[in-house]
This record gives sequence, structure tokens and C-alpha cells, in this order.
Amino acid sequence: METMVEIQKLRKQFGPLLAVNDISFQVKKGEVLGFLGPNGAGKSTTMKMITGFLAPTAGTVIVGGDDIVKKPLAVKRRLGYLPEGAPAYPDMTVWEFLGFIADIRGLTGTARNQRIDEVIQRVNLNAVLHQPIDTLSKGFKRRVGLAQAILHDPEVLILDEPTDGLDPNQKHEVRSLIRDMAQEKVIILSTHILEEVHAVCSRAIIIANGSVVADGTPSELEAQSETYNAVTLTLAEPQSAATDIRKGLAAIQGVAKLIPITENEQQLCYQLVPQNKQAIVTEVSQYVRTQNWSVAEMQVDHGQLDAVFRHLTAAA
Amino acid sequence: MCQPIGVIFRRELYSYFSTPIAYVFIVIFLFISGIFSFYLGNFFSRGQADLQPFFMFHPWLYLFLIPALSMRLWAEERKSGSIELLLTLPITVTTAVLGKFLAAWAFTAIALLLTFPMWITVNILGNPDNMVIFAGYLGSLLMAGAFLAIGSCLSAITKNQVIAFIITLVVCLAFILSGFPLVLDFFSSWAPAVIVNTISSFSFLTHFDGITKGVIDIRNLIYFASLIAFWLFATVALLEMKKAD
Repeated sequence: METMVEIQKLRKQFGPLLAVNDISFQVKKGEVLGFLGPNGAGKSTTMKMITGFLAPTAGTVIVGGDDIVKKPLAVKRRLGYLPEGAPAYPDMTVWEFLGFIADIRGLTGTARNQRIDEVIQRVNLNAVLHQPIDTLSKGFKRRVGLAQAILHDPEVLILDEPTDGLDPNQKHEVRSLIRDMAQEKVIILSTHILEEVHAVCSRAIIIANGSVVADGTPSELEAQSETYNAVTLTLAEPQSAATDIRKGLAAIQGVAKLIPITENEQQLCYQLVPQNKQAIVTEVSQYVRTQNWSVAEMQVDHGQLDAVFRHLTAAA
Repeated sequence: MCQPIGVIFRRELYSYFSTPIAYVFIVIFLFISGIFSFYLGNFFSRGQADLQPFFMFHPWLYLFLIPALSMRLWAEERKSGSIELLLTLPITVTTAVLGKFLAAWAFTAIALLLTFPMWITVNILGNPDNMVIFAGYLGSLLMAGAFLAIGSCLSAITKNQVIAFIITLVVCLAFILSGFPLVLDFFSSWAPAVIVNTISSFSFLTHFDGITKGVIDIRNLIYFASLIAFWLFATVALLEMKKAD
């Protein structure tokens, strides 16, 4: 797959504040890249530089072969952008606003009207078509912003917090919309909702204090979790057996650490953390079977993205 | 290049009329310009068939009304964040600045055209020189353009419309007063004639009076045209420098 977006050593300085510090990455067609990071990490600033709203202090942004600084119009034509908070012209109706965007994007004639209709269907704006935008709810405003961004069927879509402030149903709609479009486009979206990364992103970049601290698929990032592949075991055994059980479990090959979670009359619950994040579930289940303990529950930890997130961003 | 300007122009002009701004502005403009020319300008008792008393007050009328119109040009875009949308569309900053300015200018032209009953009245009552009246309208329109260009630039420096209004008013006042006898007398008592003339040559009044007397001097036209060009250029430069806050 071809590389559509290429960011190299991108840097932005606001006076004494270094907002973005030498960020580099590439995005290929078909990828949905999630930008993660605490508030103020530099996500929006990076997006503003990619879309040409802010001029970088140093570094280059190349979209589809063209540099944003040297050929801004060529790049902007390829981009669809939903700025943070989905700004629009509040006194216009949805219909007028989309017409304005279509005109300025150079769509004409039947293609223009067809495209507007298509987008209206796609983001479900029929009900509010002739209402002024400032009378709309937050969810509808966000959808108008999305409609505006995808109107010209751009190759690259930049979405700054596309689901912020939406209710769970609306979030679901927006995510499925993003998934639908993912194949033929490059989508870069920022979010601080971690579940979203799993729901839509094929790749995630974590930014903290203006630098990239992690870059990989959501599962790769989760694998960095300290409790990755840990086994949580709940046994329906009497409390009196606890000491023996603990000893036995800790001795299983590959187990680095045993963390007792609950020990009471009804059940004993332990978390077994492996050495080097290796898979130990087979060994544990075999051992439990040989001991003839009755198992109430057994779970393998696939890693917690929010644990990784906190670990990577709080340290900096 | 030309087409996106047209799109911006139409959107802006339309937005004046989809909000109360247009109607409030036009009604107040017509009302006050009428009052000024009939009461303060002695339109009737002068006994002359011309629109001199009507045009005489335009600089003062514009001083308050134009900043009210221009303050929203960019300050509002900044406030609502739509500037980020506008300037990431495939248009240049120059296109956006020109489109918005031309829409505001066209809007003042509409307001000015709606004063046509004055022209009809004076033609019924007497036999005026309509070329002089035409020159008056042209001068007034050019001066409105200069006010608007100043307002466009000063509205781009802030997201607060009130601040944009006040600063524009002060700068425009300076441009009017620099041709006022009061100011010129103050300078002429000690400064060399070159400086006095320079200050006076910057004034709206000097050039506007010239045109309203019916003498369409190319220098007066160049003055207003270059003033507009300068301030619009400054708007573009300012926005390029400081798009975000």
C-alpha cells in the first residue's frame, strides 16, 4: 500500500513552549491511525500543521506527494478536516452550509447535488436539513462537521475528536461510518477515549509532551502492559488450603509473581504474572487439573490499553 | 482563483441578510443620513439643488457604522473557530480576505443605493448637476471601502468584536481628523509645510471633499484605492502570521 501521509521531524514552538517536538510517522492508504495522548500533548497542534492551519516551526508534512508549505492548495484539496469542536457558520442552515462547502470545493452541477444528498444520507442529517446550525444539538453539529469533511470524498481524512460529546448511539454511528470509509482512505483521528482505538483504529500513536512515545497496532500497544498474559484464577477451595495453593501456583514454570486478590471462605482468587509476558495459561490449567482443584473462573489478561497509556504518559 | 472569491462573497453577503445586521444597518444608515442632511445640513433652506449637505456627513456616519459592520469580519471567525474551517479549505488567505471585504463593500453599496430618494427629491425640486451627484456617490463608496479595509485588518487582530470596533473607530477617526483645520492649525503653527501637507494628504476629508465637489481627480481615486490595497494586504499578512490564537 502506498504511503499517503508522511510527517518528518515536525516541530512547533509557541514562544517558550515546545508543543510538538520532532514527531515523525507515516500513514498508508487503508490505515486508520488513532492519535492518543493526554490533553495538551500536542495532538491538535499536530493535526493543525498537517491541515496547513498552523505553519510548522520545523519539519515537513507531505500529503500525497505534495508538501503542505510549498503546495498548500494541492494538499488541502486532498484533505477533509473536522476541526476540534466542529466549527461551522451558525447562521447558515445545514443545507446552505454543505452547499457552500461543495461550491468552494469546486463541485458543480448534478455531481454536486448528488454528492450532497449522498453525504446527508450517510451521516443522517435529513431531519435537520433546513435548520440553522446554531439551533442544532451537539451531536448534529458534529455530524454536520463530518459531512463537511467527507463531502468531496477526500483521500485523507483528519478528524479531531470526532466522537467527543456524542451519546453512545451517536458514537457507534460515527465509528461505523469511519470503518466504512477506512479501506479507500487514510484516516487520522485524535481521541482520548481508549475504547475507540479498539473500535476503529488499525494503528495507534501515543503522544506525550509533544513526542511520540508509542506507535503500533492496538494489540501491540496492549502487549506492553505489565500484566499482559497474566492469568487470573478463581478457585472454589476452602481458605484453609490457601497456603498450599499459593505455594503450588507460584512454583509453576514461567510464573514470576503471584498476587493474591481475595481469600475468603467461598473462594480464593489470584493473579499470576508471567515472566517476560509469555503465555502461561496452558501450564496453569494443567497444574490445576493435576491438583484436582475446582475452578470457578479463569481469565487471561490481554493487556490494558489504559494501563499502558497511563504508564507511558504519566512518566513523561 | 476567481471562482472561490465568488463563493465566499455570496456566502458573506447572504449572511448579512440572513441575520438582523443588514436591516438594522440599512435602516439606521438611511434614517441618520436623512436627519443629518435635512436638519444639520439645511438641505432645504440652502436653496441649492445639490446633495452637498447629504454627502457632507458621510465621513461621520461611516465613522460609527462601518466599524460596526467590519468588526465581525474576522473577529467572529476567530471567536467561533470557523476560521480554522475556512483557512483549511483549498483557498488562499488572499481569496478569503478579498471575498469577505468585497461582500461587506457590496453591502454598503446597497445601503448607499437605497438613499436614491434623496436623488429623486433633489431632481424634483430643482435642476442639479447629476454628474456631481454621481461623483459624490462614487467618493462616498470609495471612502466606505477604505473604512472597511481598515476595519478588516483590525478585526483580524482579535477575537473580541468590541475591541475590533473601538480600535477601528479610533484609527478611522485619526484618518478623518488629519485633514481637519483644528489639527492642521495645530501643526502649521510650528511644523514645516511639508509635514502639514503630508498629514493633510492622509485625510479622508481632503480627498472626499475633492470628489464630492464633482472633480474626479485621479489622485483622489488612487489615494482611496491604495489605502484599500494597503489595509487588505496588511489583513492577509496578519492572518498568514497569526491564523490561530
